[in-house]
Amino acid sequence: MSEQPEPIKKVSLIVSKGSLVDVYPALVMGNGARMEGMEASIFFTFFGLGALIKKTQDSLKVATVGNPAMNMAMPMLKMPITMPFPTIMGAIPGVSNFATWMMKNEMENLDIPTVPEFLEMFTDAGGEVFACKLAMDMFKLTKDDLDDRVSSVLTVGEFYEKSAGASIIFT
Amino acid sequence: MSTKDLAGLSVEVDGEGYLSDHTVWNRDIALAIAAEEGIDPLTDRHFDVIDFMRKEFEEKGAAPSIRRLNKLNVVPTKELYQLFPGGPAKKAAKIAGLGKPQGCI
Repeated sequence: MSEQPEPIKKVSLIVSKGSLVDVYPALVMGNGARMEGMEASIFFTFFGLGALIKKTQDSLKVATVGNPAMNMAMPMLKMPITMPFPTIMGAIPGVSNFATWMMKNEMENLDIPTVPEFLEMFTDAGGEVFACKLAMDMFKLTKDDLDDRVSSVLTVGEFYEKSAGASIIFT
Repeated sequence: MSTKDLAGLSVEVDGEGYLSDHTVWNRDIALAIAAEEGIDPLTDRHFDVIDFMRKEFEEKGAAPSIRRLNKLNVVPTKELYQLFPGGPAKKAAKIAGLGKPQGCI
């Protein structure tokens, strides 16, 4: 008889990159953790902070260069998933904007909220949103620049204190 | 699939206790499931949510998401988590006699 594994009770997610597709997984997983009754927090650091800055959070972009898996998005254009998307095409002006627009449409169809709305939903669900102090200093940001849903700006040490007992997930 | 006695009725439930057939549901069954889930008493406010979920399920074949419940002003997300602590979408669906929610959001 094998023992039942202990259910996860608490997760701390870390977001360090700031493209649209870098930010969403943490929002989905954090919110999903709350939906399962777990404690959840998301710590945004480095470029991930873009998701919290009031001026930028609603204009995150899909990166269209340097992603050899861009063919995955082809079915959104009614093209086969095996069709390659050369990175040089992703560098053409407007392509990233177009891909972003397409991705956002697709997400709205699937009932996925925008970044600001997602932060609202996650915090209403009892999740906590933190910003990294070091990255804030580096990008010359103050708490006033950030979404009201950010509960606090933390040092790395404080982040680990708050994550006591949690599974830490770097997305 | 197994049968279970709820509110004096023998009903079919799946492995996790969700009703197999949502049409056998009644308010007494809701009260009985809620008590098992630790939600006691089940108030009118709970029933506002449950009734809406059942209505949408009948019309669309799927229970509404937490986001939709918030957007349509059925119940704000914060209150939903207070009403059904520890997993609102799943618990509300279970008490409403619907299947386990399939969405990720």
